Amino acid sequence: MNVSLILIILLIGAIATFLSGDKLASKVALLFSLVTLGCASVLVNHFLGGIDISLNNPWILQPNVSFALKADGLSLAMVLLTASLTPIIIFSGFGNNFESRSVGTKNFYALVLFMAFAMTGTFLAADGLLYYIFWELALIPIYFIALVWGNGDAEERKKAVVKFFIYTLGGSLFMLVAFAYLYTKAGSFLLSDLTKLNLSATEQTWIFFAFFLAYAIKIPIIPFHTWQAKVYQKAPTIGTMLLSGIMLKMGLYSVIRWQLPIAPLAAKMYMPTLIGLSIAGVIYGSIVALRQKDLKKLLAYSSLAHVGLIAAGCYTLTEAGLSGAVSQMIAHGFVIVGLFFAAEVIFRRFGTYKIDEMGGVRSQASKFTSMFMILVLASVALPGTFNFVGEFTVLYSLSQVNIWFAVLGGTTIILGAYYMLKMFQNVMLGETNTKVFAEVTTSEAVIFVILIAFLLFYGLYPKPIVDLVNPSIKEILTQINRFN
Amino acid sequence: MNTLIAISALGVFCLIAEIFNLRKALVPVTILGLLGILGSTLHFYTIAELSSDYNNMIFADKYADAFSSLFILLTIFLVAMSHDVYKEHQTKISDYVAIKVFLLAGAVAMVSFSNLSMYFLGIETLSIALYILAGSSRLDIKSNEAGMKYFLMGSFASGFILFGICLIYGTFGTFDLKEITEFSGALDKAIWFSIGVSLITIGMLFKIAAVPFHFWAPDVYEGAPSLVTATMSTLAKVVAFASLYKLLAAMNLFPTVQFQNIIVVVSILSMTVGNIMALRQQNVKRMLAFSGISHAGFMLMTVLSIANSANNLLYYTFAYALAGIAAFAVVISVTKDKGNEDTSNFNGLGKTNPLMAAVLTMSLLSMAGIPVFAGFFAKFNLFTQTIQAGYLVVVIAGVINSIISVGYYFKLILAMYTKEPAAEKQATPFVYYAVGVVAILLNVAIGLYPTVISNLLK
Repeated sequence: MNVSLILIILLIGAIATFLSGDKLASKVALLFSLVTLGCASVLVNHFLGGIDISLNNPWILQPNVSFALKADGLSLAMVLLTASLTPIIIFSGFGNNFESRSVGTKNFYALVLFMAFAMTGTFLAADGLLYYIFWELALIPIYFIALVWGNGDAEERKKAVVKFFIYTLGGSLFMLVAFAYLYTKAGSFLLSDLTKLNLSATEQTWIFFAFFLAYAIKIPIIPFHTWQAKVYQKAPTIGTMLLSGIMLKMGLYSVIRWQLPIAPLAAKMYMPTLIGLSIAGVIYGSIVALRQKDLKKLLAYSSLAHVGLIAAGCYTLTEAGLSGAVSQMIAHGFVIVGLFFAAEVIFRRFGTYKIDEMGGVRSQASKFTSMFMILVLASVALPGTFNFVGEFTVLYSLSQVNIWFAVLGGTTIILGAYYMLKMFQNVMLGETNTKVFAEVTTSEAVIFVILIAFLLFYGLYPKPIVDLVNPSIKEILTQINRFN
Repeated sequence: MNTLIAISALGVFCLIAEIFNLRKALVPVTILGLLGILGSTLHFYTIAELSSDYNNMIFADKYADAFSSLFILLTIFLVAMSHDVYKEHQTKISDYVAIKVFLLAGAVAMVSFSNLSMYFLGIETLSIALYILAGSSRLDIKSNEAGMKYFLMGSFASGFILFGICLIYGTFGTFDLKEITEFSGALDKAIWFSIGVSLITIGMLFKIAAVPFHFWAPDVYEGAPSLVTATMSTLAKVVAFASLYKLLAAMNLFPTVQFQNIIVVVSILSMTVGNIMALRQQNVKRMLAFSGISHAGFMLMTVLSIANSANNLLYYTFAYALAGIAAFAVVISVTKDKGNEDTSNFNGLGKTNPLMAAVLTMSLLSMAGIPVFAGFFAKFNLFTQTIQAGYLVVVIAGVINSIISVGYYFKLILAMYTKEPAAEKQATPFVYYAVGVVAILLNVAIGLYPTVISNLLK
């Protein structure tokens, strides 16, 4: 039994969903995503029991490419994140109708599962070219999800989505060139071979920035973020959840897994610039979020601020920074999915994402208000939530590099509290809106409860996740420090 | 050698079939015959019989057999579509099919020649067949214009090639490729040799429509009947490239820096000009013509590491031609009753005909070089090889062009999935589904197992 099982289940799930017809599609998709989650949990148990669940098969001889999947704590943590968010995301779509558009529901859910397949593959791949293939593959489903099932004006949506596609593809192609160059040096694409290379500082710089272009666009780090807000706004909420909850983690994960160990000298040389750019994203995202009138756009910019901090944590090259970044990646995944789902819940009742037109929810739906409140507080890293653990560790690692980075990075908490609470006030409190706001349904509540339970549980007891991830972080740090 | 004879015999059979009134059976029998020839070619490939026939006019090595197989495969697809395309002109069908088979004979001669006179015979057989096909829609003024234009420009290019061959003969006193390879290895060669090679290269760059010899391509592609455009943009382009590669490899040219610089410039120009012009096109056939120009630029990269990139070229041509055939199967089936080939004809195809829309989407993704489709590995192998040869600039130009190309490939995809359909759903003959689906499945298969193709020339 090895990790390829997860990929096989997801791929079969996507095909089965496509074949099951429009009526059953959502249920079949949910079933397969739950099976995936179960399978992933079993595999993690095997892994913790010391069983080797990695895989390495030769695939293509010329060029030398292997079908290699590496299961260590870091990749399994990300696989678990994907496997647990996918059923939640699929389930959150149950209240919506995806049939009205030109292409049927079955295609929608099949694409969601296919995207989960590609993202899981990206997290597991231990061969550069295989990794690249999965990385690109994840782009195709989200492109169609946003394009066909998105909301808003069709022309504007088209522009936003095509820009997103060309941007990300452009960045990735430079990564491909970097891989091609590395291949000429190492004779293979295996991660274990690439991290042993003794490249000169100049070579590393070029490779580092080729990778950086791909990742900075995906994460996004300013000034490569311009695609983000529009796409988050125009995509259907499920697409936005996939993008913000999992897909941008692909970029952050790849920084830790590929970019830093392959070109550590460059990472050290440009550390202040990289951290500076990331923190600039934190401040920029927070300030822009302050002025947003559209709930989804506000959440998009808040996401920009949070991932900026995570990226800064990665580029500190310290153990605290990397492990905090991973924790925060997981925490942010859960919280942002919850917040976008809350936006969707509001949209189902008010029919708008405009903050101006909301208000007066608390008096009508007290349960929803409290659940939304907890998510808002988790997002601003209130102690006791998992976000606090991650954010605090990252800030600590920043203070080790330079105290001013920590101070500036800390603004995410202050500014975040300000815009999130202001948003909460405008959306939930205030005068009674003329429109009726029904209390959350059971199925909606289930999603909120699962997400909140996760955030609170690991907020109080983060040890399992930290213990899972830390051995691989240590291994990556030895690779990073091999030039010293 | 057997391949060439068998193909010519099949062509003659097509003509005779007309006399015996076998029109109905013509297409299936031709396809069966071609499949048989494909099988025997692959057989000769596997037993690795190096046959040299007719005073060394033809030399069938692995390179020749592998490329011949590709040409035969493409011809099978093209002939299969003929039946429906020419159903209005039943009386002409045997002529058109016969011309296609003779075209294939020319194509095979162009990769298995071992003597420059045979090479020229191959070019002329192929070109004359194409001139006729381009003008084959007799009552359509555009088709007439395309045929005339292609004929004038093409014969001019043939003239260049012939002149080049003469100069090479003047230098070494032989047409034989092996002897030329031997002599051209010497350090001091007469100036005639370089001039001759340049003239041949110019002629062939014209045939593959590389910038700055590309001006004929968009007009001819647009004017010619769609099936002929498919032939020109897949089969003819691939043939011209394979023979240019073989010729240049035999001429020992790789040590000259000047020559490589020219190739670098032509390659970058072709990619860039082709892509930028393609962005502005509304007509799908013109768009594919410009996209073909940019693909010619990509293929030219193989010339930069000519000693060991034959398998990359083979793989690229497979990927490009299979995606092209699949795309044209959809284009022909969608536009055949429309009178024009504007992108607007594809509006809402995702709704009216999801399967055809999926085939076209996949073939465009392959041309754009997105993974799991063969186009990805084709470009990737090319990039790796070119980096190894030390031409990072060309690779970066290639990458930037891959990004640009997404812009126009996606214009079609957007039209299919986001616009409302204009017309009611119309029935599509089975053969287009068959050709489109088989071609794109082959494309995906070699994308998943690239070794199948790239090992052929080991």
